Amino acid sequence: MSFQPVKFYQTGTLTVGNRLLAQDERSVQANQMRSNSINSGHRACQGCGEALGARYAIDAAMAESNGQLIAANATGCLEVFSTPYPESSWQIPWIHSLFGNAPAVATGIAAAMKVKGRNDVRVVAQGGDGGTTDIGFGCLSGMFERNDDVLYICYDNEGYMNTGVQRSSATPPAARTATTMPVGPEPGNVFGQGKNVPEIAMAHNIPYVATATVADLRDLEYKVRKAMRMRGARYIQIFVPCPLGWGAASHDTIRLARLAKETGMFPVFEAEHGEVTSVLKIRNKVAIEEYLKPQKRFAHLFGKHAHPETVARLQAIADRNIRKYGLLAEGGN
Amino acid sequence: MFQIRIHGRGGQGVVTATEMLSVAAFEEGRHAQAFPSFGSERTGAPVVAFCRIDDKEIRLREPIMEPDALIIQDPTLLHQIDVFAGLKPDGYVLLNTHHTFETIGLGDFVKERDHKRLCTLPATQLGLKHVGRPIPNVPLIAGFAALSDMIQLESVIKAINEKFSGKVAEGNIAAATEAYALVKEQMKEHSHA
Amino acid sequence: MLKQTEGSKAVAEAIALCRPEVICAYPISPQTHIVEALGEMVKAGELTPCEFINVESEFAAMSVAIGSSAAGARSYTATASQGLLFMVEAVYNAAGLGLPIVMTVANRAIGAPINIWNDHSDSLSQRDSGWMQLFAETNQEAVDLHIQAFRLAEELSMPIMVCMDGFILTHAFERVDIPSQEQVDAYLPPFEPRQVLDPAEPISIGAMVGPEAFMEVKYLAHAKQMQALERIPQLADEFKQIFGRDSGGLIRTYHIEDAETVVIAMGSVLGTIKDVVDEMRAEGHKIGVLGIISFRPFPLELVRAALIKSRRFIVLEKSLAVGMGGIVATNVRMAVSGTGLKGFTAIAGLGGRAIPKSSLHKLFRQAEKEELEPVTFVDLDWDAVNKQLEREKQTRRSGPIAENILHDKGIVSAKFG
Repeated sequence: MSFQPVKFYQTGTLTVGNRLLAQDERSVQANQMRSNSINSGHRACQGCGEALGARYAIDAAMAESNGQLIAANATGCLEVFSTPYPESSWQIPWIHSLFGNAPAVATGIAAAMKVKGRNDVRVVAQGGDGGTTDIGFGCLSGMFERNDDVLYICYDNEGYMNTGVQRSSATPPAARTATTMPVGPEPGNVFGQGKNVPEIAMAHNIPYVATATVADLRDLEYKVRKAMRMRGARYIQIFVPCPLGWGAASHDTIRLARLAKETGMFPVFEAEHGEVTSVLKIRNKVAIEEYLKPQKRFAHLFGKHAHPETVARLQAIADRNIRKYGLLAEGGN
Repeated sequence: MFQIRIHGRGGQGVVTATEMLSVAAFEEGRHAQAFPSFGSERTGAPVVAFCRIDDKEIRLREPIMEPDALIIQDPTLLHQIDVFAGLKPDGYVLLNTHHTFETIGLGDFVKERDHKRLCTLPATQLGLKHVGRPIPNVPLIAGFAALSDMIQLESVIKAINEKFSGKVAEGNIAAATEAYALVKEQMKEHSHA
Repeated sequence: MLKQTEGSKAVAEAIALCRPEVICAYPISPQTHIVEALGEMVKAGELTPCEFINVESEFAAMSVAIGSSAAGARSYTATASQGLLFMVEAVYNAAGLGLPIVMTVANRAIGAPINIWNDHSDSLSQRDSGWMQLFAETNQEAVDLHIQAFRLAEELSMPIMVCMDGFILTHAFERVDIPSQEQVDAYLPPFEPRQVLDPAEPISIGAMVGPEAFMEVKYLAHAKQMQALERIPQLADEFKQIFGRDSGGLIRTYHIEDAETVVIAMGSVLGTIKDVVDEMRAEGHKIGVLGIISFRPFPLELVRAALIKSRRFIVLEKSLAVGMGGIVATNVRMAVSGTGLKGFTAIAGLGGRAIPKSSLHKLFRQAEKEELEPVTFVDLDWDAVNKQLEREKQTRRSGPIAENILHDKGIVSAKFG
């Protein structure tokens, strides 16, 4: 009996049927015994990237920690949609304290576990980009600097979506939000210097920093599991499109995440102790317009009053990422 | 209740001096309260600290405005602040200087006071000689013990041993012992005078 | 063991005897000596097992304590003044979550103008946060209240601030009896949390609560403090049985039986007040003292009962409800409403201004004669105030207030008042 060779390109997405893989290569989600850390019935919007990212990330962390996991959650969409009183989607011990203190709360939990000799119990903290790159930034840096034994996961949807789509320091230039309206001569968000938290995390020389997107869930699982095998402060930023906040179709969440990576707008990489150790190469480079056009938050850049020069500036940002991280494969396009 | 006010400069161990005084009094079974004139003072800035000694519980929390005794750790303060403010007419004064009251311009001040309650002591020199540092606080509290008889030298030594150990403790005990003897000698001269 | 020691050191020793498991430290005067001493004990291995965490802000200090307490560890921190305000969001959160954290507040004024000295503005600003607040009169009481605080906090699963006057107590050397480990162990059982983050029994803590349940949750916080009104005196009694001294409780009275005038205060100033009252009694004045130890919960009934036989009271407080008068006084007036008792408020000691016996003698005599305004500002320099008011009347660009006042008063670097 001859076997048919596995065609890894068959669906065009790197998706491979789990049954074709060896047991330990299969995804956490493919396992019937997965923890279902965030179970169904929560109140996230249709197509929510954050719900998807959190499900994969926390289940992967649960798998790696043998179910010995405690989570601290910042205020935000994830917290609100998962725990409307008296319901909770969380099947793991979970605490929400405040918007800006999830890293510190996690530090406290880790300290309690250490003092009680429970080295087997691991701690994750999680929040959106507002809770991470803005209001929780001080606590995050403190947790990094002390190298506390916490994996912090930032679900980056580039704005304050829970409060009604306002600008955060992770909002891209030119994007429309409720506080960066597409009016006046320079519509949308300012072209600032940006706040690259993965790089800031690397500057703390912590053991592990990684970025991931919900377009490549195997990569996301791999990075969470790898992070969970390490001790000390670890940071993963997951790119999670927000259909509501971005004015995108719910069915485009994965596609937009992939385009963010394939344009170079969101570089996907790993770093250990401050040095980049791997990047996920762009497979088919696409122009920035392809990423921007499906999103209403960039609609003012196109059409009757188009801003081609602004689009060009955004393309320049993507190109810079490509150069800086070496995102194009050798001989790639 | 006996109230002592110590004037000095940041870095001279003013606060430590009152604390050690209070420990010495405690060692004798008495109640004592020491506290600084709380401030964010820097090295060299004028500092005041207080000590109360009593045979019963001390409840009073006001600063010492009418002291029974003054210890002045730095004579340059005399030109800067009114260190004698509120001093009781029969109050004790112990001044850190190798000069006399008269030569540093306090002749008129001491004229009106009981000489048996006034004394100068080269405490900085004693600190340098025995501890190798120009810190006058320990010699001064030993000198105060000799001047006032409020506390025994042994109690001061106990307080030193509680605060310091090894060579530093030994040096301070030597400085305290010499300071105590120097003041007792001066007092003897006064009583013969 | 009886020893002559600094208040902060004594409190640190008491905390260590309570076997804290997580201590969060961030420096702010005048509490810093406490966490410094604890840090040294942990580093030296004398206090173990214990995690001592140098955090990056007071907000983080309280947040770490929230995490560690929710994970079942006995958690402690200390703060003061601006530090307490910086952590306010987490202070309310700890109470809302019902986490039995114990925190020392080395009471200090709140700026601007920046001021490091003692008054009660900081902790009193948190009176509605859900934290209990116990005020120490002496360093002995500060030691004892911390031990009682852990017991009470963990029984009720609610946080407690132990308030001690910054510098006046924290930096004072005085006689303190430090209990033995056996005594503290006999009094304070290991922490048995009501809720704990445990992978074996996963729970969610801190869910969003809507209008349908929020009031009940808040009421239960109030109910806990009402329970504390009963437990605090009982715990003080038990404390006496083991440690052999009166410490804690809700209130403490002094010569109140036949008093026509009662002075009410909190914290270390009670000592000075008692000395003044002794001197006035020697002259035949019928004056007594009511010290409030538990400001939250506020013992309305006990305060009323203590005052009911008097003719008048004067609340001497180190805090100011701007635009209103006194904070403690407002609470006391609530306690005596309907009695017709004459009450006065005296604001004193703000920003560390000394409260001398001489001023109290004058004040209390005026109170006896009912010659006081409803709100009196003790030892206020009216000349300086009026000069500034006049300046503001004369010119629009009158400049910064604090700097003007300092200029008028010609403050020099060394004053010992």
